[in-house]
Amino acid sequence: MEPLQIADKLKERFPEEVLDVREFRGQVSVTVRKGRILEICRFLHDDPDLYLDYLVDLCGVDYLGKKENRFEVVYHLYSIRHRHALRLKAEVPERDVRIDSVVPVWVGVNWHERECYDMFGIVFAGHPDPRRVLLPEDWEGYPLRKDYPMKGPDKEWSGFEDVLERSKKYRQYDWYQ
Amino acid sequence: MDELEKSFETKELTINLGPQHPATHGVLRLVLHLNGETIVKCTPHVGYLHRGVEKLGENRTYFAALPLTDRLDYISSMNNNVGYVNAVEKLFGIEAPDRAKYIRTMVAEMGRISSHIVWLGTHVLDIGATTPFLLSMAQRERILDLFEMVCGARLTVSYPRVGGVRNDISQEFLDKLYEFVLEFPSHMDTFETLVTENRIWMERTVDIGIISAEEAVNWGLTGGTLRGSGVDYDVRKYFPYDAYDKVEFDVPVGKKGDCYDRYLVRIGEMRQANRIIKQCIENLPAGPIMADVPKFTLPPKDLVLKDMEHLIHQFILITKGPTVPEGELYVGTEVPKGELGFYFVSDGTGKPYRMRVRSPSFIHASVLPRLSEGGLIADVIANIGTIDIVLGECDR
Repeated sequence: MEPLQIADKLKERFPEEVLDVREFRGQVSVTVRKGRILEICRFLHDDPDLYLDYLVDLCGVDYLGKKENRFEVVYHLYSIRHRHALRLKAEVPERDVRIDSVVPVWVGVNWHERECYDMFGIVFAGHPDPRRVLLPEDWEGYPLRKDYPMKGPDKEWSGFEDVLERSKKYRQYDWYQ
Repeated sequence: MDELEKSFETKELTINLGPQHPATHGVLRLVLHLNGETIVKCTPHVGYLHRGVEKLGENRTYFAALPLTDRLDYISSMNNNVGYVNAVEKLFGIEAPDRAKYIRTMVAEMGRISSHIVWLGTHVLDIGATTPFLLSMAQRERILDLFEMVCGARLTVSYPRVGGVRNDISQEFLDKLYEFVLEFPSHMDTFETLVTENRIWMERTVDIGIISAEEAVNWGLTGGTLRGSGVDYDVRKYFPYDAYDKVEFDVPVGKKGDCYDRYLVRIGEMRQANRIIKQCIENLPAGPIMADVPKFTLPPKDLVLKDMEHLIHQFILITKGPTVPEGELYVGTEVPKGELGFYFVSDGTGKPYRMRVRSPSFIHASVLPRLSEGGLIADVIANIGTIDIVLGECDR
């Protein structure tokens, strides 16, 4: 199926939810409201004509000061059987950074959602394991947000300070006698 | 009697595997809960190599972010470069000339062989055979020497460029590569004689870590790990890039989806890669190696050193970056580990507004609990080897 046809079909099924359909270099992205995202994903996955069974990627984008709703969660979907693709984007405002997790539809999205939380602070409701994945659990801030400084925070991470403290303590011992 | 029973009571044991462990292929840490030798729960911890490639990429021009991709999957940096330049070219709307496409296909397949051969050596070494490791490293060395001949670097190559390749290849290089290509199948036969029907090897891999085709797709697995389960999804066939639509090759697939099938798939892939290189050498067209689109590609270096216009041109492209159309694009390519995708959001300036790296190793590491739980602790080592992860790419 052509990607624009998929977008039409999605619009037909969820007229209230679809906000925008755009095409760039042959790739179609559909922007939706975040409210019924799990339902939309289940429809895209289960419908026999669409059957988007392979979630290529999930990531967040921070449009600080560029768009009304600050964040977007981007889903890249592909159907190995029908060989068609679709990009789904859900808008997430800053005042309510919660969106439903789609782990019930695609299991493999688990770590992608954890990474998205880790990097953007977007909370995935109903996620089975909502921890950070790449950064330590007590890290402050969300590094891929546009207002996070490129060189990192001024303060060292507490775990690293701990290591420095210990190195000072152990300096009293002479290892090479 | 009660006391005796009590002293033999079994309880759950928690052990820590890694991050410094030779069998975890980098800095992967697994926390294993064991009941006897059976794994009850396995929790992977990643992130020890997180360097913030995505954040760095957003603060550099499209040209300057290329060397960052070398450091993703450091075993096959050539393939990462090819993936990156393909994505950027599609975003710019330019196309490399035919000769550059053939060269890129050729070096990418060399990268595939060198990556798979490291996988073969280390995977077999983890399970207990030392000989194939030594033999495979000798073959990898030959490919690295060839890389050195073509671009001067052995590991972090940065050879492809947006719009083509950095420099043309010499006849001497082609002769040496052809020699390698003709010899390579006999080396593959040696490996297969040592490993494929080895009884210990089969005991350790057949029926270990089985994952069905449907489940593998649902998990988002790609590359050899997915094809071992019998799904023929290969980006080179589904979305041909570079010269992959002009060469002939087969996509080996497995049946059962166990460690042994994944092993056979990767062995088959190496033979196919060899076939592709051979065709590329035989059909290598003549012509330019860089696209001539002044708005998006750098001018030839010898002209930059000679005249003013080209110097200004180079200066503007390097400092400001090209003016890129607004939009967003995802382009995936087949690297040895699976599908490596780049997703760019462009806001019209010379730097990407958002650069996202979809790395296969990240997903493959997340599937480890699914493969390992319920199995024996010795099988964890086989599972880590068979999913073929590189932590530099996993953590980015």
